[in-house]
Amino acid sequence: MQQNDSRENVREIVVPGDLLSKSGLKAGPGTYVESGHIYAAQLGIKTTRSDMVGVVPLSGQYIPMRGDMVIGKIVDMGASNWYVDINAAHQSSLHVNEVPWRVEFGETGKFMTVGDLVSLKVVGVDELGKVQISMKEHGLRKLAGGVVIEVAPSKIPRVIGRNGSMIQMLKNATSCRIYVGQNGRIWVDGDLDSMLKAIDAIKLIEAEAHSTGLTEKVEKLLGQKCGKGE
Amino acid sequence: MGGTPLPDGIKLIDENGKRLDGRRPDELRPLKIEAGALKRANGSAYLEWGNNKVMAAVYGPRECHPRHMQDPTKALVQCHYNMASFSVDDRKRPGPDRRSQEISKITSEALTHVVFTEYFPKTSIDVYIEVLQANAGTRCAGLTAASVALADAGIPMRDLVASCAAGKIDDTVVLDLGKEEDNFGQADIPVGYIPRDDEIVLLQMDGDLTADQFKTGLNMAIEACKKIYDVQRDALKRKYTLPAGKTDEGGGVN
Repeated sequence: MQQNDSRENVREIVVPGDLLSKSGLKAGPGTYVESGHIYAAQLGIKTTRSDMVGVVPLSGQYIPMRGDMVIGKIVDMGASNWYVDINAAHQSSLHVNEVPWRVEFGETGKFMTVGDLVSLKVVGVDELGKVQISMKEHGLRKLAGGVVIEVAPSKIPRVIGRNGSMIQMLKNATSCRIYVGQNGRIWVDGDLDSMLKAIDAIKLIEAEAHSTGLTEKVEKLLGQKCGKGE
Repeated sequence: MGGTPLPDGIKLIDENGKRLDGRRPDELRPLKIEAGALKRANGSAYLEWGNNKVMAAVYGPRECHPRHMQDPTKALVQCHYNMASFSVDDRKRPGPDRRSQEISKITSEALTHVVFTEYFPKTSIDVYIEVLQANAGTRCAGLTAASVALADAGIPMRDLVASCAAGKIDDTVVLDLGKEEDNFGQADIPVGYIPRDDEIVLLQMDGDLTADQFKTGLNMAIEACKKIYDVQRDALKRKYTLPAGKTDEGGGVN
């Protein structure tokens, strides 16, 4: 704990309106510029990288970005499209042209129905926040079996870890199939015990996302659980 | 206002210049804020200010309903101020009334000023302010709590809004009126203030003041807002610096 406190100072938490830089740096995400000065626009951790200063948000809703892999839930159907909840501010529509099957007009329900979960890719976001989604890419499919849990979208980078290290560790330790959506939904499939173990670990990551030494904590949890189970 | 007059022999300011609750004219009531008090809201704050207890919750940005209120260029900040029926001595008749509608409106306007609404077109950011216990100055308490809740929800904003009231009792300009002072006093000026821009986003006046008294009161309130601002910032930072498993005790001034 003491070690934790001493390192806390390095990761500076900023509040909207905090002055980040007076000049010389570029304004990164989570900031705004007023009369040449850069201020924080969001509650988060200040990050300075070479010539840019930004804020990594600690909370906030999922904001769709082009190229994001997300997990969507079918909430309604049309004759040639499905309406999908992707955990963003607006519902989005998945057109039959964007799925890997040939769907006749009016037969959308034969392929996916309300309540189904699907992995999707965000192919475009327009200036009105309207999101175009697609399933036409390798690996995108209807998610059958398993469970989907929701975590705060701002915590997703920690669940994945640097170059996917955290998620790889989870997969190896629990031998579950795990699919992480950028929108804060995580699909976990495996046998019951290992699924519960993986969910516990993900919940721990969510709760402790902003603390240091996260990897060790997760390792410890996974190790303990493995020991108990066998 | 109105009702029974102040009993004889009781003065709002005594001969030592102290007020009914022992405060100096320019002294705030004790203030405590806790960020992130509710689990299911996107952002929330719980605030205790003297005997006021206020809960604020933020949901969204989410799809705006009714649809005709959507703005294709920006988000709407919709506040809902409500006083619980048990928040005052006499039961408050539940439901929206003219007073709460007014407060909802002015709070929305004050907050719209700081939120980057253009980032979330066609959406609504819903702010719910629930007054659990009222003791004068709830609109200021509500606005102060709501801006902490907005920041906690991760909504991009220019700055936090701090809010505080000044007023006049026994011909003296004082800060942050208590219930008796509000009921038997002469004037009340709630102020919403953005410290970074030195900008006023809410200003009302109830009662009569001379121009000089008004200026003194306004400056007093602005100075107090700066103190409140520090408490707000501290509340937000504390949520993430507190060691795991330890509960928030509120922090605050006084």
